[in-house]
Amino acid sequence: MAVPDVKEKWTSKINVVTIGAIKDEGGTRGKTITVGGQTTLPFLDFEGELPHKAVIAGFVSDTPPDWPDVIKNAIGKEINSPVEWAQKNIEEFKCDLLSLKLIGADPNVKDASPADCAKVVQDILKAVDVPLIIWGCGDDEKDNHVLPECSQAAKGENCLIGSAKESNYMTIVAICKADKHKIISEAPVDINIGKQVNILLQDAGYDLKDVVMYQTTAALGYGFDYVYTIFERARIAGLKGDNLMATPLICDVAGETYRVKEATSDEDVLPGWGKLEKRGPMWEAMCAGGYLQAGADILILAHPQAIKGTQESILKLS
Amino acid sequence: MIFIGERINAGFQDIKEAIQNKDPEPIKKWARIQTDARATYLDVNLGTASNKPEDLCWMIETVQEEVDTPISIDNNRPNMLTEAMKVCKKPPLVNSTTAVEEKMNSLFPIVAEHNASIIGLVMDESGSPATADRRVENAAKLFEKAIENGLSPDQLFIDPIIMPLNCMQEQCQEILNAVSQFKLFSEPPVHIVCGLSNISSGAKYKKLINRTFMAMLITQGLDAAILDVTDTEMVDTILTAELIMNKTIYADGYVEAFRKS
Repeated sequence: MAVPDVKEKWTSKINVVTIGAIKDEGGTRGKTITVGGQTTLPFLDFEGELPHKAVIAGFVSDTPPDWPDVIKNAIGKEINSPVEWAQKNIEEFKCDLLSLKLIGADPNVKDASPADCAKVVQDILKAVDVPLIIWGCGDDEKDNHVLPECSQAAKGENCLIGSAKESNYMTIVAICKADKHKIISEAPVDINIGKQVNILLQDAGYDLKDVVMYQTTAALGYGFDYVYTIFERARIAGLKGDNLMATPLICDVAGETYRVKEATSDEDVLPGWGKLEKRGPMWEAMCAGGYLQAGADILILAHPQAIKGTQESILKLS
Repeated sequence: MIFIGERINAGFQDIKEAIQNKDPEPIKKWARIQTDARATYLDVNLGTASNKPEDLCWMIETVQEEVDTPISIDNNRPNMLTEAMKVCKKPPLVNSTTAVEEKMNSLFPIVAEHNASIIGLVMDESGSPATADRRVENAAKLFEKAIENGLSPDQLFIDPIIMPLNCMQEQCQEILNAVSQFKLFSEPPVHIVCGLSNISSGAKYKKLINRTFMAMLITQGLDAAILDVTDTEMVDTILTAELIMNKTIYADGYVEAFRKS
């Protein structure tokens, strides 16, 4: 008896989003990064097209993040300088692009001024020639001042700016339209709000073909499965013709992983769990591996071993 | 939902006159309006205005000059269909065959040759069935014949034949029962379509009856309809019923989003 053909016939395609602009396109990047364009679920290359592999964005912040020393040491002393950290991410860790989080702008951290943040953006753009993702600090009020200045400092570089939420999308749309950047739309592990934010962006006159969706990110063991199923559901809807869900997906794996005890507490706190030196990057890499399977297009990673492991996974699976 | 726009039909006076006078404008106008209202297919029906294949081809070509929405050829004469198929730029949906052997044998090969789709009415030699079982039996005949001719299940749209509520009230439940079984034939399943307005034929509250029955049919698996795509109350009911059935993802602005995208 013949083996039945179980291939799914999808009717639609995930949007293709390119980040970064080279000289001819009005920027100064040495290369651009393109994600999306899938016509089937992750890695099912027998069923459809998967024209662009998932990419790794190296985590960088203006102020060193509050991570355990074991993790910071593995990255190196460069973590204290956003420019040097950015360079190391690209030159040594071989990340595809960079993801800059302006943690220092947070009023509860350093309350760095918008001008200071914009300076960091400019310095990084000068020091490396890969495309850049720029995030605010997460405080909406502060970000409303920080992101416009950073956006302007990177004008024409076709950055990916994060993030647009129901509360602030008008500002993000305005700056991204003016300075020619792409948008990260954010929802708090909620597919319905995710769709609604995309509707709002569309209503505000922003083309959803220039949007990457961020369903926040849950670390392994902390609601990972919720985000995983949202990714699956969003991707399936996108492939079935729901244009509002046909966006590439981004995950902040490093940012979330080094907040949970399994990736931040060493053996003295968690006896029998093994050394944090090894467990931390494993937790990060496993989380990234899971999101890859779910359909993530951009993974933000930090630990060199997690980056290396994930690069290998992407190559093997693609 | 697969929306099949019903308006380019010689049953409407403006279209009838357009065909008689070879005036492309009313046809183009409705092609545009229905496409803007997100029709998936545009039904093209010559009605009694003409029986010449070239007139049907002219209608299709006129539509295609204005929009690239696929055509639903509302004609079941093989000679007309053969000619009309040739001018369709995208695989059309043929409306329709019955489960009568001779009819199926004359139409399915033409459909298969053009990789088109076809609506199959669950009518047989003795006319419209009165029970759910008979409807399912005839649907199975259509399904078998489609597969035999090399069509995939999703190229077949089964129509359960809707009867008027005001004189055949007991039929409604038979129809709903039958529809729920059509989806069980295969995976992927066949599409299920209907000419909805029959339900309210001769009734006073036509639109209310149409909408209510539509929502009920969607719960049983109906996923296509020949309808007035500009009837926003109907379209909104469909969008909502599909959300309730978890066929689409909810967002607060789902109604506006449908109209804009």
